Amino acid sequence: MKQVISRLASMVIVLIGVIALIFIMLRIVPGDPVTILLGEHYSQETIDRLTQAMNLDKPMIEQFFYYITHAMRGDLGVSYTMKRPVTELILQAFPYTLRLALMGVAFAWTIGLISGIISAITQNKATDRLFMTFSLAGVSLPIFMSALLLQYLFAFRWKLLPLTSSGSLVSMILPAIALGWNSAGTIARISRSSLLDVMQADYIDTARAKGLSKRAVILRHALKNSMLPVITMMALQFSSMMSGAVITESIFSIPGIGRLATQAIQNRDMPLLQGTVLFTTVLVILGNLVADLLYSVLDPRIRKAV
Amino acid sequence: MNSEKILEIRDLHTSFFTDKGVVRAVNGVDLEIGPGQIVGLVGESGCGKSMTARSVMGLVRFPGKIESGSIRLNGKELTGLTEKELRSLCGDEVSMIFQEPMTSLNPVLRVGRQVQEAVLVHNQSISRKDARKQVIDMFERVGIPEPEQRYNCYPHELSGGLRQRVMIAMAMICRPRLLIADEPTTALDVTIETQILNLMQQLCRETQMSVLIITHNLGIVAEICDYVYVMYAGRIVEHAPVFELFDHPAHPYTRGLMASIPQIGRNPEYLHTIPGVVPNLLHLGEGCAFAGRCDCAVDRCSRELPEMVHVREDHASRCFIISDAEFS
Repeated sequence: MKQVISRLASMVIVLIGVIALIFIMLRIVPGDPVTILLGEHYSQETIDRLTQAMNLDKPMIEQFFYYITHAMRGDLGVSYTMKRPVTELILQAFPYTLRLALMGVAFAWTIGLISGIISAITQNKATDRLFMTFSLAGVSLPIFMSALLLQYLFAFRWKLLPLTSSGSLVSMILPAIALGWNSAGTIARISRSSLLDVMQADYIDTARAKGLSKRAVILRHALKNSMLPVITMMALQFSSMMSGAVITESIFSIPGIGRLATQAIQNRDMPLLQGTVLFTTVLVILGNLVADLLYSVLDPRIRKAV
Repeated sequence: MNSEKILEIRDLHTSFFTDKGVVRAVNGVDLEIGPGQIVGLVGESGCGKSMTARSVMGLVRFPGKIESGSIRLNGKELTGLTEKELRSLCGDEVSMIFQEPMTSLNPVLRVGRQVQEAVLVHNQSISRKDARKQVIDMFERVGIPEPEQRYNCYPHELSGGLRQRVMIAMAMICRPRLLIADEPTTALDVTIETQILNLMQQLCRETQMSVLIITHNLGIVAEICDYVYVMYAGRIVEHAPVFELFDHPAHPYTRGLMASIPQIGRNPEYLHTIPGVVPNLLHLGEGCAFAGRCDCAVDRCSRELPEMVHVREDHASRCFIISDAEFS
């Protein structure tokens, strides 16, 4: 419990750091939000007035504290381009991203784990080679490549699944695979090598010397131990999936947070971009926290410290 | 030795087929253990003593393989058994304890459960509750204090000595005819070592169980063994009853080992060592593997492999010097 509280405390620090970073970066990159917002024809007076209205004339530190204090109350500002509260926009887009992420994670974890374990058991045999080839493809192909490949094969050539996503379950299958393939590959490789590693451990000999069958040795003794590094990996994969979602959502035109972020970048929509980054950071940190807690459930040696 | 044997190994060859060549880890080992006997298998690291034991338990890992030879347990041939048949014997009729009690127990399972598992796997009809009771009784017998509480401990919560007691409890719980102990006390400190050895000796007497104890420590051999096999580079080079071996070591290697035991009262600045190192098992020559390090080696030693020759009844050695002396 103490662990959880201290982790939550450090989470606040990380969040403030992330906001500071994005704040500074947005003000360093070329492109003035005011001029972008105004389009082609505008007078200097309009610029000044708008700059003042958007609080952009204040010192950066003041803007920062203004933002932080409002963010704590759930007010992430108003989007420059969409003229609506950022919080509202995010909450509206979040279900799509959540569905995509959950399906991607489900795909990555189940397929990754199963193929990793099967590969380890059938080490160097045909099934192992097959699974490892697929995982290698997943790890090496960037998401935009695998997404286009999947779209081409399943939607365009064989017409099995819709090309773009409306948000329905079926239309989410392709995006979820595109998003999860990379992680599935990583997880498959890690769980395979971890399981093979654990099978070399002394306590596996003990279990076999006890008279347990190969199956029982793997299920009862090897699997739980081999999952320890995999769990950490899975949590890290969750973070990389959040960034993958940005690309996937753009390719499949899913109205999620990722697409919101891309739009925000293109329009220099600072409040919207800050909001989406902040929101994603919270998700990633929570994911890592869950992984740590899960880790201590699996490993009694860590449980002590919690 | 009487005719009824618990373990009988004949001309066992276990080799590792590596990329660099075939490593003959066990190269024609013969070994016998009678009922209730404590037998020591002594040798340096890498001489194949652990592999001999692992061959019995079917624990030789890829790329290793039992090439030929016979292993009989209670008269039953073990080589050629299917994995399933062998597993049903392991833990039941023959069990093994390992060198490292720190790593030999599964870190994520409670120790009681790990021992209980051994009961359940060989006795399908027993209830979990009865199995648990058996485990706690066994814990008490191997001298684990507060067995009820210890049952729910994880390995990292126990000391090295306690963990090795848990290992012994696990090995003993199905009352095996033969216990193989692979360097059971190497990782423990000396006071705990004595306790563990005494415990094994006591359990052996109580249950008429035979023990094969693998060690590089002649002190342990002197303390608890009835009979000793000395192994070098994959072969048995000498075997004899323990007192006979200590009084009349015949093989130059055994004599070298004896001389290497530090003794209080002798010149403390000088420790005897056997010169040279164990030969690489990848490139074993024709002759005696010890020839290169042997004080008494003659030309013949590096060309021909000496046969096992009886020095006395129950005492044999693989060396030309003895056979020559015997014939002359």
